[in-house]
Amino acid sequence: MDNNKKNCIAQNQSQEGGGLSRRDLLKGAGLTGAALIAAGSGAAMAQTPSLQAAPSRIPVAEAFETLTSAESAALDAFASRIIPSDDGTPGAREARAVHFIDRGLTGAMAVSRDQYAVGLAALDSLAMERGGVAFSFLSASEQDAIIEAMTQNAIAAYPMLNAGFFNTVRTHTIEGTFSDPYYGGNRDFVGWALLGYPGVRIASSADDVSQGSALAPSRQSAYDMPAYTKDPVAGVQSGGANHGH
Amino acid sequence: MATEMPRTDVVVIGLGAVGGVAVLPLVNAGLNVIGLEAGGWMGTRDFAPDEIRNNIRDWPQAVPKAKNEIPTTRANINFEAVQGGGHPMMNGVGGTSLHYWAQSWRLNPWDFKTVSETTRRYGANRIPEDSTVEDWPFSYEDLEPFYDRVEYALGVSGNAGNIQGTLHAGGNQFEGPRSRSYPMPGLRSSGFTDMMGEAARTLGWHPFQGPAAINSEVYGDRPGCFYHGFCDRGGCHVAAKSSTAVTTIPEALKSGRLKVVTHARVLRIVNNADGRVTGVEYLSGNQVMFQPADAVLLASHTYENSRLLLLSRSKEFPEGLANNSGQVGQHYLSHHQGAPVIALFPKNLNNWYGLPAQGVAIDEWADDNFDHGDLDFIGGGNLWAHTDRKPISAAKMSTFDLVPNWGAKWKAFISENADRTNASYIQKTTLPYRGNYLDLDPLVKDRLGLPVIRITAEYRQNELRIAAFTQDRMEEWYRAAGAVQIIRAPLGSAMGTSTHAYGGTRMGDDPATNVTDRFGFAHEAPNLGILGASVMGTSGSRNPTLTAQALAWRTAEHLVANWESIAG
Repeated sequence: MDNNKKNCIAQNQSQEGGGLSRRDLLKGAGLTGAALIAAGSGAAMAQTPSLQAAPSRIPVAEAFETLTSAESAALDAFASRIIPSDDGTPGAREARAVHFIDRGLTGAMAVSRDQYAVGLAALDSLAMERGGVAFSFLSASEQDAIIEAMTQNAIAAYPMLNAGFFNTVRTHTIEGTFSDPYYGGNRDFVGWALLGYPGVRIASSADDVSQGSALAPSRQSAYDMPAYTKDPVAGVQSGGANHGH
Repeated sequence: MATEMPRTDVVVIGLGAVGGVAVLPLVNAGLNVIGLEAGGWMGTRDFAPDEIRNNIRDWPQAVPKAKNEIPTTRANINFEAVQGGGHPMMNGVGGTSLHYWAQSWRLNPWDFKTVSETTRRYGANRIPEDSTVEDWPFSYEDLEPFYDRVEYALGVSGNAGNIQGTLHAGGNQFEGPRSRSYPMPGLRSSGFTDMMGEAARTLGWHPFQGPAAINSEVYGDRPGCFYHGFCDRGGCHVAAKSSTAVTTIPEALKSGRLKVVTHARVLRIVNNADGRVTGVEYLSGNQVMFQPADAVLLASHTYENSRLLLLSRSKEFPEGLANNSGQVGQHYLSHHQGAPVIALFPKNLNNWYGLPAQGVAIDEWADDNFDHGDLDFIGGGNLWAHTDRKPISAAKMSTFDLVPNWGAKWKAFISENADRTNASYIQKTTLPYRGNYLDLDPLVKDRLGLPVIRITAEYRQNELRIAAFTQDRMEEWYRAAGAVQIIRAPLGSAMGTSTHAYGGTRMGDDPATNVTDRFGFAHEAPNLGILGASVMGTSGSRNPTLTAQALAWRTAEHLVANWESIAG
């Protein structure tokens, strides 16, 4: 799997469009793992609520907390067939749904960790048998054929590759693409833009509502709003009441 | 050995939607009250507009106590009951009134007299043979003053349809007479609810904005609704939702006679040799405490009300407190709210920021508001079209069998249609039946080793026929509004857990078929009052909370007025 790992990192670099490796970034920031994530997603975000700052505050690279390199590569490939970006608009990959899933699997979604381990390993094994490469290196149409067979419970040699596993990945990919960016996915609000959702707000006037998807996007995480952070906020007891309209 | 606390007049178990209401008339009458609450206080900063936390990960419901007591469910005795999903119960000061939709309906008069009215109009043989339904021991008119008190104490928005017998356009033409209007006008309408209202009028129906315990304007020291759209399973970030945590409980605390004890996990209610209750044993951290009181009001969720009684065994009550009749757990029902109709429209509906309580209602097909002479069921359903859309649920929309549910075609479909779909909410008359009941699960235990509640219940023909009938009406309504695709969900089978859970401690004059008397006090333990939808014998076709709150206020006033005979 060494080759896969290298390729996975290379792939990440090309996705991000920058020359920095993940290791360089971590070194440069003096942060590792969970600390980097915490800095990127929690307090630091809350202090940079301006719209201009929004894209840059999300780390370019981010450690996986539980997924192995092979797992993350297979899952990223899988998720980006569920919500593809080959139509030229962002999909699950650009939303970084895999990072949402990775983080979820260490906590609220931990019950699914084994299912991912077994299912993603089986995906790579099946891909090796069929094409001599890991799942993420199959062509899109080959990947689609495997996923379609999964939904039909039609992969006899790998019974774990079934509709149940597909549904788990589909559900989590949707959540990772369309959730609040606080959780590691929906990067740069690409998921909300896909749906035409103008974003979370403290208040919506009748006029806001009537504009529907034409309303200017708020481009805020709920936790960009001081009303919802857990840090002590001077003078705010009934948080939010002063922030509307 | 339990640590004994100083005696008090009344101990209330659970400071949620009903316990949180009952404390106010008690302290106003000068009684000292201790409220035992399994959860803690939450403030407006805890209620973020976060779909993952509220709707996917089941917060704030998922706090340790309820999470460890999830009921097991089965359709009937031929199946083994299994635990699954979440618990509709909530721990926290304010309870489920923190995160509910806050629809605050009065039941219609028919719901109190289902047996006698059905018999009078259609004949006794129209009551389903296997149903255990009874008339309530009193009428809508008897409860009206208490509905009124609660609507004003909490703050309910709505447009009256019937004030002292005079009908008012814009309100429910089928509601029972109310003594005065709501304290606030109904919530704001939206382009979508206006469109649905217009379509209903073309069908000859009478649409109206349904009532909600959400401020439509400033009420007391709380603001009007900000309409940000995260009511469902979320607390209100500006305290515009009239939960008991921001209304009756703080009001009662001002008296100095209410003491709120948080993180108190009640283990059992204790009784003496006369069959009277003497107090409540609870766990605080690792310490067992005993709170003696002259009267106990059990105000947990329906499932926990039955469970605590069944767990409170003694020499006098070997099968559980107030259960020598075997009636605890009987006449259970969960409201049939499923079997929705889902519509696709050819244009955006602009529903991104709607509240679930911000909707338009049709009551023509509810209760006995239409002639059932040629039909094969009794009761009906309230049709509700509401605005409530968040991004994850939007992306999980039905594909209407038009595209696969993944891949490029699906992506294009949801991108185009995320704001073009609507799922109805139809609450249907649900009856109690022989064979539908709650008891203690013989195998599954909570973390303390105490059995969880087991639900054995399934919808019967009457509920399924209502579901099919109301789906027809709903489809008619959506089509009239311009829907181009319609999907109908299956009609329903096992009842399962529900926020709308009724029965188990039914209220009625006959102690052989009811746990509590007409005022909510146990027939077998006269200083034990029981609050909540667990005393209700019929569901009606609308949300139960306001009725349960009106009953709680009535029980509390009855205790005050009869203190010597009940608690003396």
